[in-house]
Amino acid sequence: MSRIDVRKTYKLYIGGQFPRSESGRSYVVNDAKGKLLANAAQASRKDARDAVVAARAAFGGWSGRTAYNRAQVVYRIAEVLEGRREQFEAEIRASEGVSPARARAAVDAAIDRLVWYAGWADKITQVVGNANPVAGPFFNLSTPEPSGVIAVVAPRGPLLGLVSVVAPLIVTGNTVVVIASEDNPLTAITLGEVMATSDLPGGVVNVLTGSQAEIAPWLASHMDVNGIDLTGVEDVELAAELEVAAADNLKRVRRPSPDTDWLAEPGLDRMTQFLETKTVWHPIGV
Amino acid sequence: MFEYAPAPESRAIVDIKPSYGLFINGEFVDGTGTSFKTVNPATEEVLAEVAEASDADVDEAVKAARRAYTRVWSRMSGAERAKYLYRIARIIQERGRELAVLESIDNGKPIKESRDVDVPIVAAHFFYYAGWADKLKYSGYGETPLGVAGQVIPWNFPLLMLAWKIAPALACGNTVVLKPAETTPLTALLFAEICQQADLPPGVVNIVTGAGDTGRAIVSHPDVDKVAFTGSTEVGKAIARAVAGSEKKVTLELGGKAANIVFDDAPIDQAVEGIVDGIFFNQGHVCCAGSRLLVQESVADEVLERLKRRMSTLRMGDPLDKNTDVGAINSGEQLKRIRELSEVGDAEGAERWEVACDLPTKGFWFPPTIFTGVSQAHRIAREEIFGPVLSVLTFRTPSEAVEKANNTPFGLSAGVWTDKGSRILSMANRLRAGVVWANTFNKFDPTSPFGGYKESGYGREGGRHGLEGYLKGEAS
Repeated sequence: MSRIDVRKTYKLYIGGQFPRSESGRSYVVNDAKGKLLANAAQASRKDARDAVVAARAAFGGWSGRTAYNRAQVVYRIAEVLEGRREQFEAEIRASEGVSPARARAAVDAAIDRLVWYAGWADKITQVVGNANPVAGPFFNLSTPEPSGVIAVVAPRGPLLGLVSVVAPLIVTGNTVVVIASEDNPLTAITLGEVMATSDLPGGVVNVLTGSQAEIAPWLASHMDVNGIDLTGVEDVELAAELEVAAADNLKRVRRPSPDTDWLAEPGLDRMTQFLETKTVWHPIGV
Repeated sequence: MFEYAPAPESRAIVDIKPSYGLFINGEFVDGTGTSFKTVNPATEEVLAEVAEASDADVDEAVKAARRAYTRVWSRMSGAERAKYLYRIARIIQERGRELAVLESIDNGKPIKESRDVDVPIVAAHFFYYAGWADKLKYSGYGETPLGVAGQVIPWNFPLLMLAWKIAPALACGNTVVLKPAETTPLTALLFAEICQQADLPPGVVNIVTGAGDTGRAIVSHPDVDKVAFTGSTEVGKAIARAVAGSEKKVTLELGGKAANIVFDDAPIDQAVEGIVDGIFFNQGHVCCAGSRLLVQESVADEVLERLKRRMSTLRMGDPLDKNTDVGAINSGEQLKRIRELSEVGDAEGAERWEVACDLPTKGFWFPPTIFTGVSQAHRIAREEIFGPVLSVLTFRTPSEAVEKANNTPFGLSAGVWTDKGSRILSMANRLRAGVVWANTFNKFDPTSPFGGYKESGYGREGGRHGLEGYLKGEAS
């Protein structure tokens, strides 16, 4: 008799742990051919709120680390991802039905993207910060600081899009609650396993799987969320509703970007949109 | 002072070979020149024979660097160059203890400094510049490398100066020929092995050992596009003359005679720590050392009393002992220079005070020393001693402090100690120095540019600004 394989239970990734949805719900995830891959946890409003609590709790410590340290942690995620690349390639092929070459290219790009963003941790300040020559005897310095807890709706796809929206947020010191692609949620949880073993503190990235339309409004209206990235919202009406809800506490909003080429090198905007600029004045005199 | 039992770090982690060749085109080769010995300055024990690169060897190294530049390195994407630099950073972290022990053996610096300062900053420096390799379009200095960089570094921070030279050069797409100082070649040669472990393409980094002649051969080689030098102002000027009329880009990081200015409202205990760190860190072999203490007259007696008391607790001796604060002078030649200038201090009428301590009988040693009653005309207030010797002057007003601090041909660094933020900033504005430390001293970080005004050289190393010296710049 052939060996029966041990299948993995896909749960959520919240506060460094992998809990099931408190709602006790799950939904069927099929591969590209319509065959069952697994049941994914279907996150609820309560799960979303727990994730925000975890992200908020992690924010002080994470944003307070040196940029050099954050760079090394994000780089470490790339290292660990490289070591598990075969698993990710297999998951991408199963989920999207793409060729081995396409899957490999997606994993390559995801690893390289993490490395690219890792290098920004201690450089973004040097590129967007300023010493300002004010007309008076004052020292005046503007530096970027992370906005806080950012909710993200990840774009369609198992890995590259997800990495591309999460990395720019955490490298600058934000913490994240991300809703994984509804159709490709399993790899997002596997990525959570990578993050959980890469010295990334629990709560810096929290991954929810389930219905975008159900969870996103709770995050958009959550008063302890400082920004929301709507990249993966394909429903134009939903996006507008989320933006309206986000206005209640003036969340920084990034609108959907349906035509993004995830293989292309990004710009700085995914970082700068969720950075505050702090300007410090100090008199100069004897 | 408490008696401490000896706590020597084990030497077993390093494997020093009896002889070393040159690292050219990814391999160790014999070279065609003679050889020289490198010694442990704490014991005068001969550590190894090291090849002295001849003109022909330097030419081979430059050719290898040119080939690597043309065929491989300048064609590779920044993202791929970055990966090699990240690998190097990680291997330096992995082999950190080995590098620290070897550095202390060859250089004489205390293990607590090589372990906690030099090596961690070296790794961080490679990590930082690795991240720039694929972000040069954001640098503000263009994205085009220069070609082959010839780099000559000093003995005071052998591995750290190597990192300051090689990391930005490679990140920007250049290849290098680097010469470590003749008294401290060993960590550079271990770094060559790290390049091999990282599978860095052959010829991207070439290490040629030797003395002044080898350095001159690198600097004046017609196929070198960039010269980077850290060392004495005298040699820096000779290099500026040697490259005159050529297309070579030059950065020079030279001597200093930094003023460390203590105001009467400064937290005195912290200031004393900063004074000690400023001049006795690395035996005072620091170009940015706070070698002139300018102390406000009203607190001069108190500062000096506390300074002497603090100096009396410094532990001097075996560089590998984890309790050692002050190690060995790097060479007999340097010890001679420190002694000579100190004797000039005596002869010119300054008053010498030194820590009473038993110096080891072998090796090169000079006790932490201060001179009081120093005037601005004294040679010990004007010339770089590059040893653990502090000249103390006093001042009454901030303007007088600025005037005295700036009264030097150098302009590398300065220190200001005061509780008043506005005064710090006003002093910083008026001091003609490339780095100003306020209520701290001798702080270094890969993100922070370092370099001098006036005869302390030109160009900056570290930070975004450190890229400028290795890029062609926007067309003008």
